[in-house]
Amino acid sequence: MAADWIVFWVCAPISIGSAIAMLLQRNAVHAALFLVINLFTVAVLYLVLGAPFLFAVQIIVYAGAIMVLFLFVIMLLGVDREESLVERLRGQRTIAILLGLGVVGEIVFAIRAGLGFATRAPGGFEAANGGGNPQALGRLLFRTYFLPFEVTSILLIIAAVAAMVLARRRVRPDPLPEHRVPGPVEPPEPPEPAASLEPREEEPVG
Amino acid sequence: MRTPIAYFLVVSAALFTIGSVGVLVRKNALVIFMSVELQLNAVNLALVAFSRMHGALDGQVLAFFSMVVAAAEVVVGLAIIVSVYRRRQSANVDDVNLLKW
Repeated sequence: MAADWIVFWVCAPISIGSAIAMLLQRNAVHAALFLVINLFTVAVLYLVLGAPFLFAVQIIVYAGAIMVLFLFVIMLLGVDREESLVERLRGQRTIAILLGLGVVGEIVFAIRAGLGFATRAPGGFEAANGGGNPQALGRLLFRTYFLPFEVTSILLIIAAVAAMVLARRRVRPDPLPEHRVPGPVEPPEPPEPAASLEPREEEPVG
Repeated sequence: MRTPIAYFLVVSAALFTIGSVGVLVRKNALVIFMSVELQLNAVNLALVAFSRMHGALDGQVLAFFSMVVAAAEVVVGLAIIVSVYRRRQSANVDDVNLLKW
């Protein structure tokens, strides 16, 4: 029994099971937590396939950053809302499940026809991973794929700016005191403490 | 490695299918988004498996890029969901039908 065989048969059922559980959960927080389990098991499968760098990136970026972002947004939008089960199109759910079964059947057939279920990975992967996987990946990334790498940074900047613009709350700009139109000088009124405590009016959204 | 590559591809196909069924079936915009993430992840698994099969690292580089794109997509998509929720007080995709005739 090779170790990767055991690890695969432990991780693959957990992975598929947690994905199905995510699909069946009506509570969004539970769905997110099942997705975290799924991401972890897929990360372990990366490790089996000889990609330790992607294993670390998967856990840090996906299971860490992205899922925390998801949980934040779920908390922001309210967790107690249950999803309605009303179907807008009649039979949509049944048809979707049937089509899904069809797709998975097709892909499995294509794998069987194109690759075969007995094909093992040939040797030579250790040569490609020379000097360690992160080093080899970095060499490839900064030599062959340097331009896509730089374009990626532009994409990330655009995404950050877009998120700020989209999620901004529009506040009515109130002019600075020196820009106000000077009126006739009035005798100073006694200050009202209650007026300053009132929340500033915001522009109604929508 | 004793496990045939096709097994990983079958797992990837199953995860992709579950993700696409989730996109079609669920109503909550956040859960739909999570299903899209599941699909992206399944494709990454297939890329890493093919990279192993061909003995080259290009598939892993492509999986790395797809992770970056997924992160950018999540940021923008969640911002859109939050701003839709501010206008409609709902994260249900059936409520967002202004463009429907």
